[in-house]
Amino acid sequence: MDGIIDFFDLNLFKAVLRMATPLVFAAMGGLLSERSGIMNIALEGLMLSGAFAAVVGTYYLHNPWWGLLVALIVGGLTALIHAFWSIGLRSDQIVTGTAINLLAAGTTVFLIQRIWAQSGRTPTVQKLPDVAAQVNVLVPIAFLCVPIVYFFLKSSKLGLRVMACGEHPQAAESVGINVSLLRYGMVMMSGVFAAAAGAFLTIGSLGLFTRDMTAGRGFIALAAVIFGNWMPFGTLAACILFAGAQAFQIQAQTKGIGISADLLLALPYVLTIIAIAGVVRGSRAPAGLGQHPTPN
Amino acid sequence: MVVLTRGRVGRRVAWIVTEQVEVPQPQMAVEMLGIVKRFPGVVANAGVDLSVERGEIHALLGENGAGKSTLMNILMGLIHPDHGKILVHGRDVRFHSPRDAVDAGLGMVHQHFMLIPRFSVTENIILGSEGPGAFIDRQAAEERVAQTAAEYGLVVDPRARVEDLPVGIQQRVEILRVLYQDSNILILDEPTALLTPQEVEDLYRVLNALRDAGRTVIFITHKLREVAAISDRVTVIRRGMTVGTRVTADTTAAELAELMVGRGVSLRVDRTRAHPGEVALQAFDLTMKGRGGVNALDGLSLSVRKGEIVGIAGVEGNGQTELVETLAGLHIPESGTILLGEMDITRDDPVERRRKGLSYIPEDRHHRGLVLPFSLTENMLLGNSEIPPFGDGRRIDYAKTEEITRELMERFDVRAPGPETSAGALSGGNQQKLIIARELFREPAVLLAVQPTRGLDVGAIEFVHSRIVAERDKGRGVLLLSFDLDETLDLSDRILVIYHGKIVGEFSGERVDRAELGLLMGGRVPHGDRVGITT
Repeated sequence: MDGIIDFFDLNLFKAVLRMATPLVFAAMGGLLSERSGIMNIALEGLMLSGAFAAVVGTYYLHNPWWGLLVALIVGGLTALIHAFWSIGLRSDQIVTGTAINLLAAGTTVFLIQRIWAQSGRTPTVQKLPDVAAQVNVLVPIAFLCVPIVYFFLKSSKLGLRVMACGEHPQAAESVGINVSLLRYGMVMMSGVFAAAAGAFLTIGSLGLFTRDMTAGRGFIALAAVIFGNWMPFGTLAACILFAGAQAFQIQAQTKGIGISADLLLALPYVLTIIAIAGVVRGSRAPAGLGQHPTPN
Repeated sequence: MVVLTRGRVGRRVAWIVTEQVEVPQPQMAVEMLGIVKRFPGVVANAGVDLSVERGEIHALLGENGAGKSTLMNILMGLIHPDHGKILVHGRDVRFHSPRDAVDAGLGMVHQHFMLIPRFSVTENIILGSEGPGAFIDRQAAEERVAQTAAEYGLVVDPRARVEDLPVGIQQRVEILRVLYQDSNILILDEPTALLTPQEVEDLYRVLNALRDAGRTVIFITHKLREVAAISDRVTVIRRGMTVGTRVTADTTAAELAELMVGRGVSLRVDRTRAHPGEVALQAFDLTMKGRGGVNALDGLSLSVRKGEIVGIAGVEGNGQTELVETLAGLHIPESGTILLGEMDITRDDPVERRRKGLSYIPEDRHHRGLVLPFSLTENMLLGNSEIPPFGDGRRIDYAKTEEITRELMERFDVRAPGPETSAGALSGGNQQKLIIARELFREPAVLLAVQPTRGLDVGAIEFVHSRIVAERDKGRGVLLLSFDLDETLDLSDRILVIYHGKIVGEFSGERVDRAELGLLMGGRVPHGDRVGITT
């Protein structure tokens, strides 16, 4: 009995918060993009570019807050590429998103080599401050984003219009809403949010960037959006569930509960697959996801 | 107004001052002059003129593809014209987006409603005109919607989700939205297409009330009956050009039909009385689950005799599509039996059913009827490739197939360069003739005809109708499903009314009480136990 109480300690709780933070940021970004009708599987790449830009910004500007700002800008601009391809040129949004992911993976490794002549990892830079032991300042900010996104969608004029673009772009256009402009805005916001997620991984916890360090979190965030039925608080719950699985796995390894480490490592990913395949049947995507308004 | 004229006063010529009452110039709400719009490969509008007076209901009449919708999309700023001039209340306007059109006082009720199913009535109505500020005052908006609704007698719950509302009410929401935006010119694009006759009557009442309140209504339709029922004036367009404007009271249906089609057309289908023989097709107690767990077919039974045309009437979405697809073998019903003559075909696949004498003209010739990139010969093989003379199950006899195709093209007047032409290159009418040729070639016992004239021009419609009647006269049973109620009434010897996956009433084709039919289609029982229910 003691063992179980010992297992679920404060460290585990903090670990859940830490694991959930990047997922929550990225998922809120993905949610905004998808609610406006643009599929965004580029979250992974956007997150990676944000993580890297945060290190570069902090390295040159000697201040992690400036580093965060650089990350948000780079994330927004990288998302602008996705927006231009998928909205401006109407290319396939899955292909475009994949291209962004590959681009981010390649470019970050290349730039590490160019800037520091190192392969695969950057030097350590200064981190953003903690607000409590092992709780970075970005953690409460991430959780604060959820009610803000909720309130934005539910009560603001812009939020209603964004959801209209996602549900029925032709209808939105027929009442004079500039569908493309709103979608550009939301895709760029998704880049900003994903970059915050990435920045948390570098200047919010590890202090440096290593290649492919996002390790599929962008995709897990996207799964959380689907699992959460494209609703902010539902998505938050899904993020906490996935983060819980990750934290459990780490805790289980440190405490040694006698389950194979490989199996434990797979747990969050397995959970994602189960969530997407099984539970998601009841959830309902924005009806106009991936659709364009009138073809002229 | 004071006018000076030179005239004779007594013996002197002098200037005479007269007080003249200003002759009120007919106030034009909308004038569209010489509108031209080309799309790649098509000229949708080739010089259309339209003048709509303030405070009238003006019908815009034309066949499918005549250019009505393009014209209205231009007026609403959704499409930009290549040439032409638009005046709204006498002012020259150039709309860059629908927003500009809305600001100029125009509002459109679209054929396919531009409503967001997941949004509430209020959210749909205020979208795009939410009022000042960054945030929405939902309560105030709901009150304003309710107030506007009450003003025009358009009862609707402002908090209801649109997807939960019947089609007639959804249309009401669209009209309400236009009124909420304070538009004084309403455009309705084929507004009766999805409505029951009662809902159409309600719509007419609303439109008359709006006209009496001084608003202008443009009513797009291809149905002559509606022009006569609702409009003050009518403009007819044909092949993207205005062919005339008439005062409705001073014209006749025949004149309008001729303007619309370009030649004299017989408005009624010529046919003699049916002589039904023995039962050709029977369905007992068919049940099938639809989407969302509700029964799409709920214990449906019907029968079709040899030598009669049985029409299915109903509002879209009451199980019609599931019924014909089940009969055609595309779905296996959960329970029930289907008999073709004496044979039980309930579990047969579509090919087996064809072999036994069932033919099927599907609803959508592009998705189900034809493979557009295939040649006419290859299309002739669809569903036939395993049945002699086309093939024997192992090999296909292409030479024979091509010979048959050539012969059928002749017999069914399919106009194409040759059997090697791809089906996609044919006009809609010729594509439909090709399908009909394929389906009738085998001299089936029963023909399922679903929307057989959808999107065809009047000439092709006449051909298809006379062909269907001819097949009946040869002793085949025909089951007709059309969402055009007029077509169903014109062609059918017997009409079955479908509602919520059941047959709820039956009419003989000669005496149909439209009001009663409408009530049944809407799920209401008109006069207690007087309704004959088929078994």
